[in-house]
Amino acid sequence: MKVEEYKGVWVFIEQIEGNVVGVSLELLGAGRALADKLEVDLCGVLLGQNVKHIPKQLFEYGADKVYVIDDPILENYRSETYMKAVGDLVRKYKPEIFLYGATSNGKDLASAVATEVMTGLTADTTMLDIDLENRFFEASRPAFGGNIMATILCKKHRPQMATVRSKVMKAIDPQPGRTGEVIQEKIKIKEDDLRTKVLQIVRDTSKKVNLAEADIIVSAGKGVKDANGFKLVCDLADVLNATVGASRDVVEAGLIGHAHQVGQTGETVTPKLYFAIGISGAVQHVVGMNNSETIIAINNDPNAQIFNAAHYGIVGDLFEIVPLLIQEFKVALKEVGGVKTHA
Amino acid sequence: MHIVVCVKQVPDTKVIKVNPKTNTLDRSSAPAILNPYDAHAVEEAVRIKQQHGGKITVVSMGPPQAINAIRKCIEIGADEGVLISDRAFAGADTLATSYALTKAIEKVQKQEPIDLILCGKHAIDGDTGQVGPGIARRMSIPPITNVIKVENVASKEGKVEVRRKIENGYEILQSTTPCLLTVEKEINEVAYSPLPNMIKAAKYEPAVWSVKDLDDVDMTKLGMKGSPTVVGKMWPPAKSAGAKLIEGDAKSQVKQLISIVLEKRQLFEQKGGR
Amino acid sequence: MPEKFDVIVVGAGPAGTACAYLCAQKGLKVLLIERGEYPGAKNVMGGILYRKQTEEIIPEFWKEAPLERPVIEQKFWFLGKESMCSMGYKGKEWATEPFNNFTVLRAQFDQWFAKKAVEQGVLLINETVVLECIKENGKVVGVRTDRPNGEVYADVVVLADGVNSLLAKSLGFRKNIKPDQVALCAMEVLNMPKAKINDRFGLEDNEGCSIEIFGDATQGQLGTAFMYTNKESISIGVGTTLSGMIRAKVKPYELLEYVKNHPMIRPYIHDGEPAEYLAHLIPEGGYHAIPKLVGNGVMIVGDAAQLVNAVHREGSNMAMASGKMAAEAIIKAKANNNFSENGLDSYRTSIYDSFIGKDLKKYKDLAHTFEAHPQYMNEYIPLMNRAASQFFTIDGTPKREKQSKIMQSFTAGRGKFGVVQDIYRAWKVMK
Ligand SMILES: Cc1cc2nc3c(=O)[nH]c(=O)nc-3n(C[C@H](O)[C@H](O)[C@H](O)COP(=O)(O)OP(=O)(O)OC[C@H]3O[C@@H](n4cnc5c(N)ncnc54)[C@H](O)[C@@H]3O)c2cc1C
Ligand SMILES: Cc1cc2nc3c(=O)[nH]c(=O)nc-3n(C[C@H](O)[C@H](O)[C@H](O)COP(=O)(O)OP(=O)(O)OC[C@H]3O[C@@H](n4cnc5c(N)ncnc54)[C@H](O)[C@@H]3O)c2cc1C
Ligand SMILES: Nc1ncnc2c1ncn2[C@@H]1O[C@H](COP(=O)(O)O)[C@@H](O)[C@H]1O
Repeated sequence: MKVEEYKGVWVFIEQIEGNVVGVSLELLGAGRALADKLEVDLCGVLLGQNVKHIPKQLFEYGADKVYVIDDPILENYRSETYMKAVGDLVRKYKPEIFLYGATSNGKDLASAVATEVMTGLTADTTMLDIDLENRFFEASRPAFGGNIMATILCKKHRPQMATVRSKVMKAIDPQPGRTGEVIQEKIKIKEDDLRTKVLQIVRDTSKKVNLAEADIIVSAGKGVKDANGFKLVCDLADVLNATVGASRDVVEAGLIGHAHQVGQTGETVTPKLYFAIGISGAVQHVVGMNNSETIIAINNDPNAQIFNAAHYGIVGDLFEIVPLLIQEFKVALKEVGGVKTHA
Repeated sequence: MHIVVCVKQVPDTKVIKVNPKTNTLDRSSAPAILNPYDAHAVEEAVRIKQQHGGKITVVSMGPPQAINAIRKCIEIGADEGVLISDRAFAGADTLATSYALTKAIEKVQKQEPIDLILCGKHAIDGDTGQVGPGIARRMSIPPITNVIKVENVASKEGKVEVRRKIENGYEILQSTTPCLLTVEKEINEVAYSPLPNMIKAAKYEPAVWSVKDLDDVDMTKLGMKGSPTVVGKMWPPAKSAGAKLIEGDAKSQVKQLISIVLEKRQLFEQKGGR
Repeated sequence: MPEKFDVIVVGAGPAGTACAYLCAQKGLKVLLIERGEYPGAKNVMGGILYRKQTEEIIPEFWKEAPLERPVIEQKFWFLGKESMCSMGYKGKEWATEPFNNFTVLRAQFDQWFAKKAVEQGVLLINETVVLECIKENGKVVGVRTDRPNGEVYADVVVLADGVNSLLAKSLGFRKNIKPDQVALCAMEVLNMPKAKINDRFGLEDNEGCSIEIFGDATQGQLGTAFMYTNKESISIGVGTTLSGMIRAKVKPYELLEYVKNHPMIRPYIHDGEPAEYLAHLIPEGGYHAIPKLVGNGVMIVGDAAQLVNAVHREGSNMAMASGKMAAEAIIKAKANNNFSENGLDSYRTSIYDSFIGKDLKKYKDLAHTFEAHPQYMNEYIPLMNRAASQFFTIDGTPKREKQSKIMQSFTAGRGKFGVVQDIYRAWKVMK
């Protein structure tokens, strides 16, 4: 393999029914920075059916080129088809870096492509950089339950690939009118040759829990004691229009379903605002939320670990503080609501 | 049905310690366990076998002690186990691991054709989840990741239907067999093993294969040599400076906090607040 | 048909493992059932392991067993509130083979010991609780575990399930343990760098010291505290009879905190990093509390049989020795194909004829005497401290006068007759 032949930073663009998934736009932001350092193009790889409207948006978010395969066979994600299509593109156009969102489909595809084109892949990264001197891609991630950070390099194989957790990178502010080049490609597979079929897709819209996408999360820990204490936290979440999260102990106590658990064995979340109420801050919890933009902890133990992870803390009794917060937020948010209508 | 389950012995990450001087993991501090996801994969195989009959073979790559992980699988209900263990495999990343395991599975397959391969969603020491799809690609069979339910196994028709977890829900996929599934924990509860299985496991000596026991092996694809990725630096995650504590009585603490939160007013403006 | 073994051993502590090991060595089919995640997972002991009884099972075990340090110094401390008298012996001969005894951490030692038994052919099953013995026609024929299809059968079942032995109780071999027949112990392992331990205790690498502590450590109750040096940690613990604790309304961990903060002890341990906290019972009923040891198809060994010499903190050695005697009886029974109470009875006679029976008999009234006469703990140890203080203080008093003052202080509290009585009583139970 001639490493020098590989040029350009690629981002796999995941879309659901024609809408680009958030992490893909974030990766364009991160990829833009990498491409600028290497002085190469940033390219999107877009697969699906009826997706021709999407490249315009990708250019605005920083892409220079978009490779598009628009084919009914690609309507829904399948390992088989996507791996083949992406593998062909890689062999033909030889990118040096290839990023995927660490979503179900992104991880599935990246793993399959890595074996298809025989290259290295680093999973679930949270930091990306370039060693310019060697032109190496430095992909870093927490390892061993968040006990340590490790940088993984792929020195002799190309492309250098990574999946990236959502909400860790930042999309750039879109630049209306920014354009680029669309490259149309074809897939040479017939449905009859395929071994897998998507029979049904069930998107659970009734279930509002989507911690990973939430902007505000109010999380309860064992400090809430029982259902009454837990309700306080839910009430606060309600006032803030936030999603309710929980520590494992709260989930195990049966106060709320597992879908709400934040942490190593629950969801990794990166909201703009994270309230940790009555949570001690065990490392298994903290690895799931320490990339939140602002973390606020309320705990009556001044030595609680959570204060190491938080940005702001109140040492106090949640049974006193939370009711006050509910009351005061109700008032304060009415005023903010007012800002919106008057502006 | 012949079901192969790939299982890995891993250090228990919940107790692993980091040596603060060298920033390396003190593996000796952590007991070795069967990767929890793999236990669910074996359990699922047992459930399928209960309905359709057949045989379960577990395959693992690791050091000689990894036979304990295989014994654990026998406790859960696997019939046979194979450990591939050789210095040549050491230092493998996911690509080299999937190559070695594929070679082992091919050998198992020669003895008895395989209908289904199961893997865990990921191994808790690496959290990558790449080995399963890697094996599938190498064996040219379809991979289905993040499986939360096996809906239907039609062994005669050579088809399976499974539920796969995706963001915001799930999809139901149909695949021809053989295929490879990687399973989530929620797929089942690992049952408390019956005593006869425990006794069988305590006695069980799995087959242990070295590189020489495998056929057509390209040595350059194994171990460190066969691994495109290398670990660069390691460092402890940055400790934040710690929280800025908000002082005062409860009333004033709450007032201060609200003004801090409202610096992010755009969060509330979009939704208008309530 | 469930599988049948020659022997089922319940509990992989020192007693059970020793028995299983020796039976398997003689070619018997042995199943060893342990409820912990692994042998030793929850087992507790201050940490002195005796060479003699261990090497009788595995010769030269010290060459590979996970031991902490060979003990080269044994000390006794008698604590006052802010003082102590001490005595002891230190000898370099204990630093070399064949050694005298060792400090150990049970989680590691038990695991290793069980591994050796497995190498002898024992089938070890963890995470499995034996619920009851299965009896047929008055003979124990197997056990029922908490697992599905959980019955398993054998010619003989050995109960090595530790001090609480619910199994011995359910067979009617013994009654509930009385609070004055059992000590409740709390202990902690404190991590500390090797060099610091060596400095503080005056040791070299691979030399250890054991300190038995009496007096103020137990706040006047019958009991002892201890402090043992491991490689890179210190084990410290304290225990008193359950009845004493109930009477004084203290909790074990409160007592342990008190010991750790005692001015004579704190300097040795003060910046140790707590690594483990454990609490456990020690059978201290002694001779009188030994239950029925043998039944039809069943025998009881180790702590389950209450075989502990509280005075000399010997338990693990008696556990191993009893396991060995049980194994010998089983092997005999196998040869005669007679696993009835009669066929196994040589175990009972071996116990009573061995050091176990004899030592326990020697001290049979000791605990009672000390418990019924708290003056030993409450008065004599403080007195001893005051006496020593006076004796060593150079204040111009002639020595003869000092001695008579000291004698006076001894008799002042209990009267001359009382002291003589106390000395006689103590001599009688220790002789
Ligand atoms: C393999 C493994 C995986 C795990 N995965 C996860 C995971 O994904 N997510 C997770 O959360 N945990 C996980 N855990 C568990 C984790 O280690 C902790 O046990 C758990 O997070 C503790 O939950 P907590 O903070 O709610 O409870 P506690 O640790 O009991 O903390 C309760 C806190 O509430 C405070 N408090 C009590 N009363 C009040 C009051 N009136 N006012 C204010 N504060 C009060 C206390 O000071 C304390 O700090 C995992 C553990 C393991 C071993
Ligand atoms: C604090 C403390 C300090 C001590 N210090 C010393 C010392 O320095 N030196 C010394 O020689 N002795 C000491 N002892 C005493 C010593 O620990 C015991 O005498 C010894 O452990 C007895 O061994 P055993 O095998 O009879 O019982 P244990 O070691 O108690 O083993 C019993 C085993 O049976 C298992 N078990 C119990 N019930 C069941 C069941 N139903 N099914 C399956 N498994 C079961 C348990 O998990 C355990 O592994 C000390 C004790 C304590 C508490
Ligand atoms: N060394 C190994 N031996 C056997 N199976 C493995 C090994 N490594 C990974 N696997 C399988 O691949 C899955 C994903 O592992 P990973 O890609 O390492 O996260 C695991 O859950 C196992 O089923």
